[in-house]
Amino acid sequence: MTPAPPALEIEELSLSIAAARVVDGVSLAVAAGEVVAMVGESGCGKSLTAQAVMRLLPDAVRHQGGRIRVAGQDITALPDSAMRRLRGRALSMIFQEPQAALDPLATVGAQIAEALRLPLARARPAVRAMLEEVGLSDPERRIDQYPFELSGGMCQRVMIACALIARPALLLADEPTTALDVTIQAQILALLRRLAAERGTAVLLITHDMGVVADIADRVAVMYAGRIAETGPVGALFAAPRHPYTALLLAAIPRLADTPKSRLAVIEGRVPMPGAFGAGCRFAERCPLADARCTAQAPPLRDLGGGRHSACFHAERVG
Amino acid sequence: MPRHIAGRVGQALVAAFGVLSIVFVVLHLSGDPTLLLVPPDASAAQIAELRHALGFDRPLLAQYLAYLGQLAHFDLGQSLVQRAPVAVILAARIPYTVELALAALAVAIGLGLPAGIAMAVWRGRPAARLLAVVVLAGQSLPTFWSGILLILLFGVTLGWLPTSGADSASSVILPAVALGLVTMAGFARMMRIAMLDELGRDYVAAARARGLSRGAAILRHVLRNAAIPVVTIAALEIGNLLAGAVIVETVFAWPGIGQLAMQSIAARDFLVVQAVVLFVSLVYIGMNLLADLAYAWIDPRIRRGP
Ligand SMILES: Nc1ncnc2c1ncn2[C@@H]1O[C@H](COP(=O)(O)OP(=O)(O)OP(=O)(O)O)[C@@H](O)[C@H]1O
Ligand code: SF4
Ligand SMILES: [Mg+2]
Repeated sequence: MTPAPPALEIEELSLSIAAARVVDGVSLAVAAGEVVAMVGESGCGKSLTAQAVMRLLPDAVRHQGGRIRVAGQDITALPDSAMRRLRGRALSMIFQEPQAALDPLATVGAQIAEALRLPLARARPAVRAMLEEVGLSDPERRIDQYPFELSGGMCQRVMIACALIARPALLLADEPTTALDVTIQAQILALLRRLAAERGTAVLLITHDMGVVADIADRVAVMYAGRIAETGPVGALFAAPRHPYTALLLAAIPRLADTPKSRLAVIEGRVPMPGAFGAGCRFAERCPLADARCTAQAPPLRDLGGGRHSACFHAERVG
Repeated sequence: MPRHIAGRVGQALVAAFGVLSIVFVVLHLSGDPTLLLVPPDASAAQIAELRHALGFDRPLLAQYLAYLGQLAHFDLGQSLVQRAPVAVILAARIPYTVELALAALAVAIGLGLPAGIAMAVWRGRPAARLLAVVVLAGQSLPTFWSGILLILLFGVTLGWLPTSGADSASSVILPAVALGLVTMAGFARMMRIAMLDELGRDYVAAARARGLSRGAAILRHVLRNAAIPVVTIAALEIGNLLAGAVIVETVFAWPGIGQLAMQSIAARDFLVVQAVVLFVSLVYIGMNLLADLAYAWIDPRIRRGP
């Protein structure tokens, strides 16, 4: 018996905008029931990777190559109509600004029912049950409310209900808590964690926040300028990073217990502009370990054993 | 919502009262309104007699109250040129202008909204660019010129449609098209901008992420959201449409209040001109109120708000 394929498998995904490879050879897998975090600075290509998985890329972005398999099925080759049938059912997505992701003129219930492809009148019991599951009080009343009548945290619960009601095997969460305040953030993360565990949903969680990664993820993929820098289990990677960029990210986490958010703090230097990427390692300009080889050649993603991979020539010297 | 609507109705009433008062003030600005009303060759005795007959020799406040009292009874005075009550003259013309305006509005909305939607949905495609050119042309042709072109083509060359007057049911078509084209362009542009704005929003991506096709997302979510700004501005467009009616009715000899205004200006029939101004202003205020009510009806943030 062959093992079940991963819920999501991205293989050498490359995306470009004009001449710039904004996502360059990204590979990543998420198993059923697993939460994988994708971290990286703004603009490194996290959202585009998720949009490529949904096949909802902006017009300006070209798919240059690479396969994306959802539960073993290659979706890059699917006709549009078949892809549309998968959305919401096989894979779904939640967004950074829950209030903006809901149509202000439609009731919460009507929008959730759409994920079931049913009119609200028929989907009502299922919608009510789902709202209860995501912890909304008084679900019967909430169904007929409009997004403006709910708080940001409640709206994100609604979005989660929307995303999970048709029981997809894969959930993409693009910074689902960035727009929420800290206590609500923790509640939403706990909710995601619980639902993913209960339903065996694979979650790809995009975040800026190493604190969120530590809280919720099983594994983490660190991205830098459109490439994977390092991947590995959260515990091992936090304990001993194998890429200089990861090491700097971890060192930059504020240690103070009262710091509200451990965002990726400022690391000296700038990410190269897309289009100004050289032939070598994209981190070389800011890297304390960079040498001549680093600027001449791009480091491949190497298997370091123990489920860990690093795209650094000097992975063993980090830390 | 009740509070919102009460507020808007109150605003409309204040605006209407303001218009009535401004019209009164304008009439008395010259000092002696009698001179505006008499023919240029009237003798001093005739003027004095008329001044007394119309009450213009009474105190201003008394005149103002009398004016409001008359308006309350739809008494707009007596036209000295046509020797008939102004209200009767106006009432005879209003149905024509309403018919023309509604037909023009149907042209403007029927062509403008789909054109705007198509330009947004097909953005970047040749079809959208072609539409943009057509819309721009519709907008930049002056009505008197597009009116004459329409008359020449469909009336004279093809002989399909009547070119002037209001004698047959099809008479309204050409003036309505001429009048509607300008407004159509306005609607198309507004709808395009509103659609593009909405299409870029997260809720569209979210709707697609739960399995809606682009078309379904547009039908179920985008159109309604895009309608909100359009409804608000549409009221102003309807005001422009009434202003445009003055020219179109003259070109097509359409017996509405636009033509009446032109004729009355030429004949120095001041009270009739004043009545037309009152009518157009009040319609404008009414349309804005209607837009506010429609807006409240579409948008739950207002409908269910305080
Ligand atoms: N619609 C678009 N048109 C043009 N460029 C885009 C578009 N969307 C993203 N980009 C560019 O692609 C690159 C990757 O963007 P992406 O949104 O994936 O970044 P991200 O990692 O999600 O960043 P953030 O943390 O700010 O959300 C950036 O350089 C961005 O400017
Ligand atoms: S490959 Fe070189 S430049 Fe890139 S991260 Fe490793 S040491 Fe730094
Ligand atoms: Mg992003």
